[in-house]
Amino acid sequence: MDQAILEMKGITKEFPGVKALNSVNFRIVQGKVMALLGENGAGKSTLMKILTGVYPKTHGTIIYENKEVTFNTTKDSQESGIAIIHQELNLIPQLTMGENIFLGREPVNAMRKIDSKALYKEAEKLLRRLGVTEDPRTITGELSIGKQQMVEIAKALSLDAKIIIMDEPTDALTDNETENLFRVMRELKKEGRSLVYISHRLKEIFEVCDYATVLRDGEFVAEHAVSELTEDKIIELMVGRKLTEQFPRIESKLGECQLEVRHLSNEYVKDVSFTLRKGEIIGISGLMGAGRTELAKTIYGAIPKEGGEILIGGKLAEIRSPQQGIKAGISYVSEDRKRNGLVLGLSIKENMTLSSLKSFSSALGTLSNIQEEEASKNYVKNMSIRTPGINQLVKNLSGGNQQKVSITKSLMTKPKILILDEPTRGVDVGAKKEIYDIINNFKKEGMSIIMISSEIPEILGMSDRILVMHEGRITGELNREEATQESIMKCAVGAKGGASK
Amino acid sequence: MRTLLQKDTLMKYKSVIGLILFSAIVTIINPSFLSMSNILNVFRQTSINAIIAAGMTFIILTGGIDLSVGSVLGLAGAIAASMVTGGQNIVVVLLAAILIGAAIGAVSGIVISKGKVQAFIATLAMMTLARGYTLVYTDGKPIGVEEAKSAEVFASIGSGYLFGIPIPIYITALVFIMSYYILKHTRFGRYVYAMGGNEEATKLSGINVDRVKIYVYALSGALAALAGIIVTARLSSAQPQAGSGYELDAIAAVVLGGTSLAGGIGSIFGTIVGALIIGILNNALNLMNVSSYYQLLAKGLVILIAVLLDRKNK
Repeated sequence: MDQAILEMKGITKEFPGVKALNSVNFRIVQGKVMALLGENGAGKSTLMKILTGVYPKTHGTIIYENKEVTFNTTKDSQESGIAIIHQELNLIPQLTMGENIFLGREPVNAMRKIDSKALYKEAEKLLRRLGVTEDPRTITGELSIGKQQMVEIAKALSLDAKIIIMDEPTDALTDNETENLFRVMRELKKEGRSLVYISHRLKEIFEVCDYATVLRDGEFVAEHAVSELTEDKIIELMVGRKLTEQFPRIESKLGECQLEVRHLSNEYVKDVSFTLRKGEIIGISGLMGAGRTELAKTIYGAIPKEGGEILIGGKLAEIRSPQQGIKAGISYVSEDRKRNGLVLGLSIKENMTLSSLKSFSSALGTLSNIQEEEASKNYVKNMSIRTPGINQLVKNLSGGNQQKVSITKSLMTKPKILILDEPTRGVDVGAKKEIYDIINNFKKEGMSIIMISSEIPEILGMSDRILVMHEGRITGELNREEATQESIMKCAVGAKGGASK
Repeated sequence: MRTLLQKDTLMKYKSVIGLILFSAIVTIINPSFLSMSNILNVFRQTSINAIIAAGMTFIILTGGIDLSVGSVLGLAGAIAASMVTGGQNIVVVLLAAILIGAAIGAVSGIVISKGKVQAFIATLAMMTLARGYTLVYTDGKPIGVEEAKSAEVFASIGSGYLFGIPIPIYITALVFIMSYYILKHTRFGRYVYAMGGNEEATKLSGINVDRVKIYVYALSGALAALAGIIVTARLSSAQPQAGSGYELDAIAAVVLGGTSLAGGIGSIFGTIVGALIIGILNNALNLMNVSSYYQLLAKGLVILIAVLLDRKNK
């Protein structure tokens, strides 16, 4: 029979002014994978943070191996055999893969000197098990995000944890790496380890999970065996309503050419040319490291271009900084909202207006509080951002709501061309749909949109035209009608073909 | 919920509460502390550190540090003194000294932003340069202004009174009101906080962070020069070593006021309180006739304890 190795009962967590969790029950089953599902802000991360001792709980009990336990620090939970792999990587980029895996637990010899040989031998063993072929002496910062994630997983394996919690581990992985991860997860299961799997990719749930617990708005909704569930059923449980269409694509009349990029080149992008019309969405697909983000930043002015030209509305635009980019009518929403998008310690209002403060202040720079508040309140309403108020700090918001603030910041500059870099990364199903709707509204208003995404279904579902990049070049330009998952992947790995012009 | 709110308010004003408690203790030990003349004295003595600390607050909020302020104070004082003895108009003297301070700060800012040098190193170099130049300029000797024709007007900036209140207190009040306004109600102030919180995101949001940096260092330099004028005016003489070590008192005041050295969090109000805590401590120890050697020990301990208490609450 399936036995719980750990049970959380009646967990309540209150933050100043917010009840993040309300009497939630959750169990982890011995030797099985439990999926923890819910929209952003549903309380998944908070629940896991309580389990691993990051936050103290307000009420409730945790029973682990038939004993009631309280973890006050992450070290407590780690020592009891609970490891967590966070959504945001927790690695030191300057250290090698091996050094990161054993950070704080380095094997030493009798003289207390670090035994590098043993360290790297052990690290290599762990990495090979995950199918990573790199030398463990490689500097972590030089690896792709996907590989870095593997280092994180190797670290958890090295702790020999009984329970491993994975918080959206596949978000940054390629398909191959994801397959690899699933293989490892199945092995871990066979060894009798218990796993918790948090992901927004519902298809993955059916591939690797045995049970699923759904939370909504900080409350426990249901626990089911995955075999009893369907994708639609899960979505229904998560959002509490039926979702009809995932990608609400709209047809709109394309206007004149808004942006023309000619032979753009620098360190990262090679001879890139394309055009973008009013009311058009271009999807840019490609593998991690193909130069998509760099292309976006070059157009926006955050990375200097070395060759080529950018025309906006038919006129040559001189863009050498984000200031000039914004002035020329371009705005960029970063893929990494925490690192490059938002100032987490400032409020919603202060983040929203950061790029457009000029329009809320006098010539001398005095801010108009009333105008700023009014605009922020309107956007909070229009973007349906869930928050007690505009003065709430952005770090207290869920991922989906943070993303909406990040998009709003760009919108407030009234851009003609909006570049969205991974707009739904780390965002749950319900909020995803909302973001798609928001993007479609921009499209209707005649805005030109460049959408970079690693999720091919999203690219296929939203774009009018698709560009595929590989090693800094555009290796394919596909019309919506002719594009398929296969034709995109073909171009993304650099093979000739697709339907390039 | 109500207890939470109360705790919040308590946390917010904990530095003020600390200040009041501290003053109360000093008053019990020595009741003459609370006399009007002594209080004005404390404020006047605090004004120099407070003015420098106001500039330092901007710098630390952006995540930087400025070690050059003490030397800039010395240099600006020397230049002001020699201009006064040269018979220059006082207004010209003031403007020139403040502009020189701002220029030195701007150079630090340019080295830090465009040259991508760490603020600590850049301002350490600037601190040494400015002090060195002051010694060269004054030939290591004080410059007295007693003989000058506008000596009296100049001296009044440091030691004069208006309606029974020392002039430096008015200047300090003005500096803090302006700093508060800039930080709270202008674009520039918002950028200072945003930059300290996340410089990369601020840059990508289309803000010229290099310019913000240059401005804050220029402001800090200008305020240090203003403090230099007051010091020189009060003594009617510019000392070549004036201001040595003042940068550390200013940093202490900012940190005691709850501003984070990592940037992005803090307030100018906290800095006033921090400067006053240091000022009252100095004054109280003087009133108790504690030797200046022990005073340093006491100051170090107070800073350590205050900062540790602050950490604990976070």
